[in-house]
Amino acid sequence: MAQLAELTGSIASVGYGLAAIGPGIGVGLIFGNGVQAMARQPEAAGLIRSNMFIGFALTEALALIGIVMPFVFGTGS
Amino acid sequence: MGADVTQLASEAGCHLFSGCGFPAPGLNEFEFEPIFTIGSIEFNKPMLLAFLCAFLVIAFFWAAFAKPKLLPGKLQLVGEIGYDFVKRSIVLETIGKKGEKYVPMLVSMFFFIWIMNIMSIIPFAQFPVMAAIAFPAGLAAVVWFTYMFLTFKTHGFVGGFKNLCWPSGIPGWVMFILVPIEFFSNIFVRPFTLAVRAFANMFAGHLLIVMFSIASWYLLSPSLGAAYGSVSFVVTLALTAFELLVQFLQAYIFVMLASSYIAGALEEAH
Repeated sequence: MAQLAELTGSIASVGYGLAAIGPGIGVGLIFGNGVQAMARQPEAAGLIRSNMFIGFALTEALALIGIVMPFVFGTGS
Repeated sequence: MGADVTQLASEAGCHLFSGCGFPAPGLNEFEFEPIFTIGSIEFNKPMLLAFLCAFLVIAFFWAAFAKPKLLPGKLQLVGEIGYDFVKRSIVLETIGKKGEKYVPMLVSMFFFIWIMNIMSIIPFAQFPVMAAIAFPAGLAAVVWFTYMFLTFKTHGFVGGFKNLCWPSGIPGWVMFILVPIEFFSNIFVRPFTLAVRAFANMFAGHLLIVMFSIASWYLLSPSLGAAYGSVSFVVTLALTAFELLVQFLQAYIFVMLASSYIAGALEEAH
């Protein structure tokens, strides 16, 4: 099959850019809705904040796994 | 370019329009010559800074609380504010009343991490210790051992595993998917993300500051003077202020998550 395009340089950085889209949207949703919930019900702020951080940790895990992948699969950088 | 990229801009005397490319900083900013070696252990700058930070935290709290008074002095007041911050805004909100046993551990962890991060912008130190993966990994290991131990201590062996990977109030058929995910996430992903989050934020922050400080030296040129370089310098200052926020936030998130993992371990069986 004929080669259509060639990519030189760091493919890992392009990959991380793609991998960060989903977590980016997710973290935005979590904190946006968290702040909205706290504004609607300020007395529950503490409970909302701790649950918000748990959700944030789970979502950001994806972006963090994305950071590590280039190191795991070595030579692409 | 190529080999001379690894040189520092300040050493190379490399400027715009002087016929040399931008000496971009890379991983070489994070590798240090050992100060001295004992056997096969190389003692380098991050280790020295880590010892210094531990000493600072111990000395501060020793000075603040060695002879506690009913009417606190200035130092004791600052110490109490710090202790109360972690206790009220982190521990009591995630674990609740029975979490008071873990406040000392989390307070010392919070201040240790924060001071190690702040080292990023202290003159002559200028390296966030948490940007060397071994330090966040070690701290995450402490958190991992703590919450695993507490899980099995409060629930026993079978109950501990049930607590770790059997979420309540879920219809049975979802369990086929959920239990492996929960197991994997609670035992392997938690300590990994805890370490890598702190590491990656400090790593990226340090690289940004180094990048713009090198750029502000590089952009000085005979023909343009400080026109470009000063812009880059202002960005360096702005980033330093931003990093100050990030350093605090990362310490806060680390301890917040450690505390909520402990809360999960102490949770009553459902």
